[in-house]
Amino acid sequence: MPMAASEIERLIKASIPDAEVTIRDLAGDGDHYAARVVSRSFEGMSRIRQHQAIYAALGGRVGGELHALQLETAVPQPEINQ
Amino acid sequence: MSDAQNSIDELVKNNDVVLFMKGTALFPQCGFSSRAVAILDRLGVSYETVDVLQDPEIRQGIKQYSDWPTVPQLYVKGEFVGGSDIMMEMFESGELQQLIGAKV
Repeated sequence: MPMAASEIERLIKASIPDAEVTIRDLAGDGDHYAARVVSRSFEGMSRIRQHQAIYAALGGRVGGELHALQLETAVPQPEINQ
Repeated sequence: MSDAQNSIDELVKNNDVVLFMKGTALFPQCGFSSRAVAILDRLGVSYETVDVLQDPEIRQGIKQYSDWPTVPQLYVKGEFVGGSDIMMEMFESGELQQLIGAKV
């Protein structure tokens, strides 16, 4: 069952409020997405934990309702050009 | 632990580098599994693969084993490393080479 990109973003932000979420629909079928999530809350977490936080935000949909979600996570970097 | 969890645990502990995937290294059945195999091939290490499509209990059980909802999953020396996105990030940064080189 396809999911709208806006719904993915809404769910991630509901559980990680400061998240900057960028989503790309990879195949145009509403079922294969790539998401980049940047949040201060990832600081000090392993990549595994960061991805797990997003899977948890999506409440068990990844691997089921949502077949493919390519993930990239990051902690916001301080501005360099100042 | 259930039988499936026990079998997974044995596979993880008895193989230095093991990839749970859909399909085989020669014929991956999913783009993400294919990407994971390509990364390991580039590293030139020997690795075992487990085709989760051959066993519904392993396919379901591996999701609980590391609290990770998707396949592929890579384990090095008994430790969960991540899925294909994490593998790719670690490959690009050189961390995966280091991890496998140091541990195998």
